[in-house]
Amino acid sequence: MSPRRLLAIARKEVRQLSRDTRSLLLAFLLPVLLLILFGYAISWDVRDVRTGVLDQDRSAAGRELLDAFRASGYFSITAVIDDPGEIRPLLDRGSVQAVLVIPPGFAADLGAGRTARVQALVDGSDANTATIVLGYARGVVASWAARRGGDGAEPPRPPLVAQTRVWFNEELESKNMIVPGLVAVIMMIVAAMLTSLTIAREWERGTMEQLAATPVTRLEVVMGKLLPYLVIGLLDVALSTALGVWLFGVPLRGSLLLLAALSLLFLLGALGLGMFISAITRSQILATQAAMIATFLPAFLLSGFMFAIEVMPRALQFVTYLVPARYFLVVTRGIFLKGVGVGVLHTQALLMLAFAAAGVGLAVASFRKELA
Amino acid sequence: MTAAPSPARSGNDSGGTAEPAIEVEDLSRAFGGFVAVEGVSFEVAAGEVFGLLGPNGAGKTTTIRMLAGLLAPTSGRARVAGLDAATEGEVIKERIGYMSQLFSLYTDLTVAENVAFFGGLYGVGRERLDERREEILEMARLTGARDRPVAELPLGFKQRLALGCALLHEPAVVFLDEPTSGVDPLSRRSFWELIYALAAGGTTVLVTTHYLEEAEYCHRLALLNRGRLIALDTPAGLRTGLGEAVLEIECDDPPRAAEALAGAPGVTAAGLYGRTVHAAVEDAGEGERTVRARLEEAAIGVSGVRTVEPSLEDVFVSLVEAAGGAVAG
Amino acid sequence: MAAGEPMIRLDRLSRRFGDRTAVDDLSLEVERGELFGLVGPDGAGKTTILRMLAGVLRPSGGDAVLAGAAVASDPEAVKRRTAYMPQRFGLYADLTVIENLRFYADLYRVPRAELKARLGRLFEFSGLEPFRDRLAGRLSGGMKQKLGLSCALIHQPEILLLDEPTFGVDPVSRRDLWLIVHRMVADGVTAVVATAYLDEAERFDRLALLHRGRALAVDTPRALRSGLEGGVLEVAADDLRRAREAASGLDGVAQAVAFGDRVRVVLDDGADRDPDSLGEALAAEGVEGVRVRPARASLEDAFIQRVAAAEAEQDTPSEATVPAEAP
Repeated sequence: MSPRRLLAIARKEVRQLSRDTRSLLLAFLLPVLLLILFGYAISWDVRDVRTGVLDQDRSAAGRELLDAFRASGYFSITAVIDDPGEIRPLLDRGSVQAVLVIPPGFAADLGAGRTARVQALVDGSDANTATIVLGYARGVVASWAARRGGDGAEPPRPPLVAQTRVWFNEELESKNMIVPGLVAVIMMIVAAMLTSLTIAREWERGTMEQLAATPVTRLEVVMGKLLPYLVIGLLDVALSTALGVWLFGVPLRGSLLLLAALSLLFLLGALGLGMFISAITRSQILATQAAMIATFLPAFLLSGFMFAIEVMPRALQFVTYLVPARYFLVVTRGIFLKGVGVGVLHTQALLMLAFAAAGVGLAVASFRKELA
Repeated sequence: MTAAPSPARSGNDSGGTAEPAIEVEDLSRAFGGFVAVEGVSFEVAAGEVFGLLGPNGAGKTTTIRMLAGLLAPTSGRARVAGLDAATEGEVIKERIGYMSQLFSLYTDLTVAENVAFFGGLYGVGRERLDERREEILEMARLTGARDRPVAELPLGFKQRLALGCALLHEPAVVFLDEPTSGVDPLSRRSFWELIYALAAGGTTVLVTTHYLEEAEYCHRLALLNRGRLIALDTPAGLRTGLGEAVLEIECDDPPRAAEALAGAPGVTAAGLYGRTVHAAVEDAGEGERTVRARLEEAAIGVSGVRTVEPSLEDVFVSLVEAAGGAVAG
Repeated sequence: MAAGEPMIRLDRLSRRFGDRTAVDDLSLEVERGELFGLVGPDGAGKTTILRMLAGVLRPSGGDAVLAGAAVASDPEAVKRRTAYMPQRFGLYADLTVIENLRFYADLYRVPRAELKARLGRLFEFSGLEPFRDRLAGRLSGGMKQKLGLSCALIHQPEILLLDEPTFGVDPVSRRDLWLIVHRMVADGVTAVVATAYLDEAERFDRLALLHRGRALAVDTPRALRSGLEGGVLEVAADDLRRAREAASGLDGVAQAVAFGDRVRVVLDDGADRDPDSLGEALAAEGVEGVRVRPARASLEDAFIQRVAAAEAEQDTPSEATVPAEAP
């Protein structure tokens, strides 16, 4: 193994990269775009739900309840309905996402100690949001009922009161969940896509034929090519972390050094995987498509980033064990949100090591210095 | 189609007052800052076999594309078969045959399918196409191979088929861009017989090639270098027009000898040619004396000096040197 | 490698692609310091042979030994002693001239102390110095080839493998390229050069005439032509068309083709070579104004004659159902 040759390959790769606008955009612009897009645009938090109200009771109690809804911050009363017949058209058109109906006799029932009913009608065409909205509605009602219990008669005491608290992401800010996950996903995608082109491109252009005729070794070629992309990858991690913390306010409670170290291993694996794809396909078009399927889709859909693994069908859950991004996600979320260290993450660390070894190993093994 | 080749025509005898089949006047084409063709002018008479000669990058393909209506000129004019290349490009495409450098055949289709495809493209009527197909297959000697995929054919046959497909609609003018590139000598020779037969039948043939020795087959030649026309004449005319004699020198150390002679007084160019050295000299007698003196000085043994007819390569190199020296970058 | 042993030895070298045989059981030897040509048209197997010699394509059968290293078992050893210039420009178009040169110097670990001197010498040959900072992709065809040759030579290899180095290159650059190659050979480098240009083939010390993966002949240009000397005649006549037709039909004529203002007649091996005989035969066929004179046989003629002979020997040519090219 000749350091001189390895560095020569790395230097050449850097020069070519610096003159290749497309790759540079992919390497730096794409992660930033993805972060901003996902960070800002996607939010599973539901706020200011457009709500219509039909107060058929016109009582003080009813109005109080409606005020409670308004004050919660989750609901925004945008339509006052006079006639039940208007409800359906409003929901159909999407002018409102929910409708609150206070039936006639509401106040009377409350005063008489009978069960009073409030109806919440929610647009269920987006089931996820509907569930959340319903949850909020129940919460508002429950807390209002509890507060109200203070005047007059003894309120019925439930045998057990659950006190819930959410740790690590108190406000359940979805971006706190998204951003660390995004860092992992971005790394996987960018790394694999960048390296998937490098070997295939040289075969297509004819430069690999000439390179193969020199004494350079396979290890030198693979490692030499990996080096610049590794640096780019780490820069991307730094960039994404910085954006996450400063732009989105995501906390970084754990060790930056640990994050860097584990990112390095993860990157090696992802880069190696990309290079493996490049070496066996020898065609840029094929390589890009293969890289998409092998990295983008699993990282996005099966790593736990978009969809919780626990809710996936059994069979898919088994598949996720094979997705490296799944483990890296645990690492990023752990370091960002929980502030944990190697003690907790040792399994993941070992797996990252294995992934790195496998990725680079595959790349070296599959790269041949022959046309056929 | 199967007629034997015709005798060559002399350069300027175009047989009457008929309009030239191809007229090029001060034609230029630039791609951004790069000038591919600059101020090229020539005429080709009907039934002539005309060669556009020059190395890769000289502008041959660009010129032929302009004439075929595939590329608009940046300036200048060109008329093909009486039509203006810049404004009537689409009509020109119907009237000419074009065989591109890469033979433009569909390798995953069979011979017959390719013929049917090109026939359809050129709008050859169904009945006439059937006739033409048989004629073309016979010309290409592929009658028995009509259902074979083109990918399986040897290069020489692909070449003939590609030519045939360009001729289906019996065009008056045919453009052949590097038609014999890489083909074996046997195939090359029989291919040229086909071209002569075509020309004898009145078809005008414009051929581009970078292979100087092949240029001998043409009636007249235009030499291109770096986008410019540096000579226009018959092959024989080009050789005699050199105005210089060429000495062929056999000696002990040709590479050193070539170096020693370059720049000697009266020697316009000296280079290796096979195992000998060719020196272009202003005067044969003077030249020989200079050569012998120089080589003796350099202690190189000389076994023979004789005057030879300049090759087209000698001509080309001389012209380039005269035009200002070696090709830069 | 023992003294007296050939620098390069091909031993029943073969290569198949699927059911197509590109190189068929080829055996030949190249001596040290020889300028050896692999001559033949596209599809003859030249590139395949060179790729195997360079160690970038595994042989299907047989072996090749270059400077003592065998291609089939130890291609990496071969690569240390050789330099390869592929047919397609194999250098980095997005690196400059000097960056390419330094890259290859690093790959072959050219001692730093010597690098400057070698670069100087190569620049002198190639005239590339003024373009050292130009991106290689922006060079003209001739310059690209000179750069390719320079990168191949930077580590002073024992063996040079060049695949059609002058294809499509302008005549001036072509001369420069050959000058460099001749200089290298004079310094003791062994060069194997593939070319489809038969006129260039005249310059080799020895050459192999290749046809469909086989060598029709391996000899010096002179020897190859001498067999044919006197066997090529030039005919001028009042009606060249008729002359050609008549000549083709005569016994003992391998091929007759119009060429400019003459008909070039290649005679069969062993046929009567007296120009007068041919003249009489043509006159007898009714051709008028016949003038026949001997022509200098070219390697192309030699090639054609041998191909015709080889195909006559086999009942059918390799491509089964496609008709043979009859001369």
